[in-house]
Amino acid sequence: MTMTYKTILTEIEGNIAIIRLNRPKALNALSHELMGELVEALNEFDRDDKVRAIILTGSDRAFAAGADIKEMADEDTVSIMLKDQFATWDRVRQCKKPIIAAVSGFALGGGCELAMTCDIIIAAESAQFGQPEINIGVIPGAGGTQRLTRAVGKYKAMEMILTGRPITASEALQIGLVNKVVANEILLDEARALAEEIAKKSPIAVRLAKEAILKVFDTSITEGLEFERKNFYMLFSSEDQKEGMKAFIEKRPAAFTGR
Amino acid sequence: MSDENILLIERQDGVAIITLNRPDKLNSFNDELTFKLQDALKEVEKDDSVRSIVITGAGRGFCAGQDLQNRNFGEGQGKRASLGDSIRRRYNPIVTKIRRLEKPIVAAVNGVAAGAGMSLALACDFRIVADNASFIQSFTKVGLIPDSGSTFVLPRMIGPTKALELMYSAEKLEAQTAFDLGLINKLVSSDTVLSEAIEFAAKLAKGPSKAFGLTKRAVNKAIFPDLEELLEYEAQLQEIAGRSDDFEEGVKAFIEKRQPVYSGK
Repeated sequence: MTMTYKTILTEIEGNIAIIRLNRPKALNALSHELMGELVEALNEFDRDDKVRAIILTGSDRAFAAGADIKEMADEDTVSIMLKDQFATWDRVRQCKKPIIAAVSGFALGGGCELAMTCDIIIAAESAQFGQPEINIGVIPGAGGTQRLTRAVGKYKAMEMILTGRPITASEALQIGLVNKVVANEILLDEARALAEEIAKKSPIAVRLAKEAILKVFDTSITEGLEFERKNFYMLFSSEDQKEGMKAFIEKRPAAFTGR
Repeated sequence: MSDENILLIERQDGVAIITLNRPDKLNSFNDELTFKLQDALKEVEKDDSVRSIVITGAGRGFCAGQDLQNRNFGEGQGKRASLGDSIRRRYNPIVTKIRRLEKPIVAAVNGVAAGAGMSLALACDFRIVADNASFIQSFTKVGLIPDSGSTFVLPRMIGPTKALELMYSAEKLEAQTAFDLGLINKLVSSDTVLSEAIEFAAKLAKGPSKAFGLTKRAVNKAIFPDLEELLEYEAQLQEIAGRSDDFEEGVKAFIEKRQPVYSGK
């Protein structure tokens, strides 16, 4: 049983947790409140041993169409700095479980940044990704300049961020921003299937794999390889590693226990 | 002068009948008609009571394409028109919407379908055609390329050999020949074309609309997976053609009702 929230909906299906952004009238604009509740839900699922993977989604029309502009329009440099709205975003990064973004409709500005904070992105055919902050006189502030560039390269990132123009799901697939594009109606089915596939693996291995992959962006190859190796060695004190390798040798499916 | 009635929509038995209504201009497209058609398509898309659509023309023509007397092509380089812009704003959304709208769309071709009018007919899912109707790829006659999808829809339907012949000659393709080429579902007498089309569409309207819609989506993916990309490409190439001397001459000759003299530039 999960907590009840005001701006998001959560449910657990087996060992998958689903978080649905739920501010339909605002096209899921990422208000302070919503981000706070999102992080709380992620914390909750991160601590729940039954949950192996998390799906983050919005509505059919919009994943999230940006930040809540009205909330910040009148701030000045000092007040917005003290508000520290991006601190909440940092907490999204701390989630140890794999998060799959299932994006339908608008993923613009903060919406695009939120999707990019996730580990895998499945897009519906209707999905549109963009960083339109330039149109309102600012720049992406929740990671857009960093994550978009790392995902699609300098040239496409420059084009998208400097023009503010959105791209379609199909172009997003072509440039490597999303993993897969599917028909709208089966977006969640697809995300579930992927989440369930990951959920079958050893959760400790999944956790350490995610950690090692994310390290790539923070470190040199030498340090990265060292980190990877340490995580690799760490797994040799897990029962899942013993079971996994034993099962392989015995030519049978592994029965992971998460220990 | 804005005429509210240049596009009519009626509803009947689950069918929406969209009529291009500028009969004295052979239903040619001025700015307003293209936007009204875009709006009409959006309207019938959202209307759950509409399960199939018929598009037809009032009077003796189906649609003669771009109204050359009424060109508002937007600002281009120097003094020349920007056709690319015009296509992107006015025509491409029509073709895209017709293909993406997941309801069966029947063109009731009651008369001449020329230029973008032919493109319009070809974009539809079905064509019920009057036996005295005709199709013309009239674009090259005014020094332009076929647009609104014709450059890829027509070759994919009849092969590039016959398609290029029609495009380069800009000659009239009679209904019977069009039928023999496989462009037409049903050839009927001119006084029954609309009623036949409505009957055809009404039958579809009673069908498994969800399955029809998904079938159209799948066939689109098979036959026009690159729809938007190719429409955009046409816009780019038409921009170039629109800056040519032959386009200026072509339109001038058309208005002056004489043969054009092309320089090849």
